[in-house]
Amino acid sequence: MNEQGIAIISFGYFEHDFLEKIAESVTREFALPVHIREGHLDLSEFYDATRRQYNGNMILREVEKQYAIDSVKTFGLFYVDLFIPILTYIFGQAFLGGRSAIASIYRLSNERYGLKEVDESLLERFEKEVIHELGHTFGLIHCHVPACVMGSSTYVEDIDQKSSSLCFKCRTQLHDQAIQ
Amino acid sequence: MAKKISILIVDDEPSVRDSLYNWFIEDGYRVECAENAKVALTMIESDSFDIILADIKMPGMDGLEMLRRIKSLRKDSIVIVMTAFATVDTAVQALKDGAFDYVTKPFDPDDLSHLIRNASKQISLSEENEALKERVVSLENIEDLIGNSAAMQNVLKEVESVAQSNSSVIITGESGTGKELIARAIHSNSTRRFFPLVSVHCGALTESLLESELFGHEKGAFTGAMYNRKGRFEMADGGTIFLDEIATISSKMQVELLRVLESKSFIRVGGNKEITSDFRVICATNRDLKNMVENGTFREDLYYRLNVVNIQIPPLRERIEDIPLLVDYFIKKYCTSMNRLPVSIEPSALKRLQEFDFPGNIRELENMVERAIVVGNGKKITLKDLPLQKNMVVSTFESLDDMEKNHILQTLINHEWNISQTARALKVDRVTLYNKIRKYNLKPLE
Repeated sequence: MNEQGIAIISFGYFEHDFLEKIAESVTREFALPVHIREGHLDLSEFYDATRRQYNGNMILREVEKQYAIDSVKTFGLFYVDLFIPILTYIFGQAFLGGRSAIASIYRLSNERYGLKEVDESLLERFEKEVIHELGHTFGLIHCHVPACVMGSSTYVEDIDQKSSSLCFKCRTQLHDQAIQ
Repeated sequence: MAKKISILIVDDEPSVRDSLYNWFIEDGYRVECAENAKVALTMIESDSFDIILADIKMPGMDGLEMLRRIKSLRKDSIVIVMTAFATVDTAVQALKDGAFDYVTKPFDPDDLSHLIRNASKQISLSEENEALKERVVSLENIEDLIGNSAAMQNVLKEVESVAQSNSSVIITGESGTGKELIARAIHSNSTRRFFPLVSVHCGALTESLLESELFGHEKGAFTGAMYNRKGRFEMADGGTIFLDEIATISSKMQVELLRVLESKSFIRVGGNKEITSDFRVICATNRDLKNMVENGTFREDLYYRLNVVNIQIPPLRERIEDIPLLVDYFIKKYCTSMNRLPVSIEPSALKRLQEFDFPGNIRELENMVERAIVVGNGKKITLKDLPLQKNMVVSTFESLDDMEKNHILQTLINHEWNISQTARALKVDRVTLYNKIRKYNLKPLE
C-alpha cells in the first residue's frame, strides 16, 4: 500500500466520527490527504512501573519503525499516560522535521481534572495537539503568537487558549518548506 | 532579530539527554549535549553556551565540581543543576557555588519552561545592562561637543550625515581636539547606538597585547592566559569599535586589521574557531596617514579601507570664537563636580585665553579652567589663576628685547596694570618700569 499523505493510526478504540473530524482539521491545515488506520502495539513494553506511565520516546520510535513506511507523515493516537524521562508527563511527542509523531488523549479530558466532561472540548484539544505535533514533523518550532497552534502548551488551559490553526508566520514557513 | 539562546545539556543518561534535546529544539533553542563533565568542560572552553543544564550525579567529575570549574572559566554562565536525589544540602551547596537554580528530575513541563524562560530573561537583562552601560558612557560626553564657529558647525554636520551610514571613518586632528568625542557622537547618532561603543587606544599597547586585546584569546594561548577572553571586535558586535592612534600600529597588525575589516571574522589568539562580528570601525589619528602611505609606513589598502569618510577637526586656535562658550561650559562642569557655586571669568582673562596658542587644544583649555577653579578665590577666574605664563615662554621670542617686552607685559597683566606692584615684582623702580612701558609701547588690553 502506498499512501501519499498523512497516516493517522489509532492505537486503541476511537470513535469513527471523532477520527474523521481530526482528519478534516489536519487536511485543512496541511493540505494533504489523511488516511485513518488502526494500529497494534504491545504497550506493556513501554510501561514504566515506577512511574505508572508509558515512555513516549520509546513508543514514538516504535511507531516510526513499524508504521512510518509509506506515508509522508505518520501520527499515532493513544489513550495512555505518556512521559519522557525528564518530564512528569507529555501530551505528545514528535521527531522535529521527521516523519512521525504521537499524542495521547489521556491528559486532555476534563475528567482528569475533576471537571465535567465536554466532548467538544476534548475533540478540540486533541485536534490542536495532533496539528501541533504534526507541525513539528514539518520542522515548525514553538511559536510565540498567542493564538497559533504551534504555541507551547504545558497545561490543558494553554491548549484551550490557542486556536487550531497555524499563524501567518508558521504557515509561510510551512509553505516555503513545501516548495523546497 | 533576537539572539538564539544556546543550551548545553550535561547528563550521563542518554534518555535524559535525548528528551531534553528534543524538548528544547522544539522551543527553538540551539542545543548541544555532553555525556560527562569532562566533555562538557572541553565544549565550554571552545564555545560559549548561555545556559548549562547539568546533572549532579555523574560518573567521574560530579555536577558540583563541574559547576565550580565552569564558574572559574566563565563567571557569567548560567548553570542549572538537576538531580534525581534531592537533598537540601546539595541544593544549598549548588546555589552557594553560583548555580542559577536547582531542580529535581523529573520536571513538570511547565516548571522546565519557566526555568528556561527565567534564565533567558536573566541573559537578556545582563546583555541589555551591558549595552545600556556602554550607551551611558557614549552619551555622557556628547554634550561636550561645543562650538558655534563655522569650522565646528561643519564638523557637526559631517557627524550627522555620516552617523546614518555604516562606512568606516577616520577622524584626524591635533592632540586634544576631541577626536574620541566625535567618534562617540557618530556612534550615538547611528542605528548602532543601543549596542556597545568599544574604544581601543592602539598607541598604548604593544603588538602582542594589542592582538590579544582586539581578537581575544583562548585559555593557555600564552603565559598568563588563565581564561578565555573575548576580544574588542567580539565585544563590539552590533556596535562600533573606535581605534585611537591608528597610525601607531605595526605592519603585522595592519595586515591583520585589513583581513578582519574585509571578512568581519577573526580567530582568537590560540584558538581555531572563526568568530564573526558585525561592527563599524571609526579610527582616529593626529598624524598624516596619507603621508605615511607615501613613505611606506602605512598600508595603502588599509588606508583606503578605513578612509571612506574623513572628518578633520580644527585646532582650537582656528576657532577662537568658541573659547568663551567652552570656558563657560567647563566652568559649569567643574563647579558642579566640585560642588561649588558657579564662578565667572574676568574679561581680561578670557581675552588672554583667546590670544593663547593652545598647543594642547581643548584638553589644555579644560585643564586650565579646572585648575583655575581649584586655585582661584571661588568667585572670579582672574589672569593670576591661569597658567598662561609658562606657555608664553614657549612661544618663539626672536630677541632678548622681545622676551623682556613679553615678560613685562605678562607681569603687568598679572598685577592688573598696577605699576607699583609690577615694579616690585620685577625688582625695578617705577621710573624704570615707565621707561620700559614707553620703550615697548605697552598698553593695557581692552
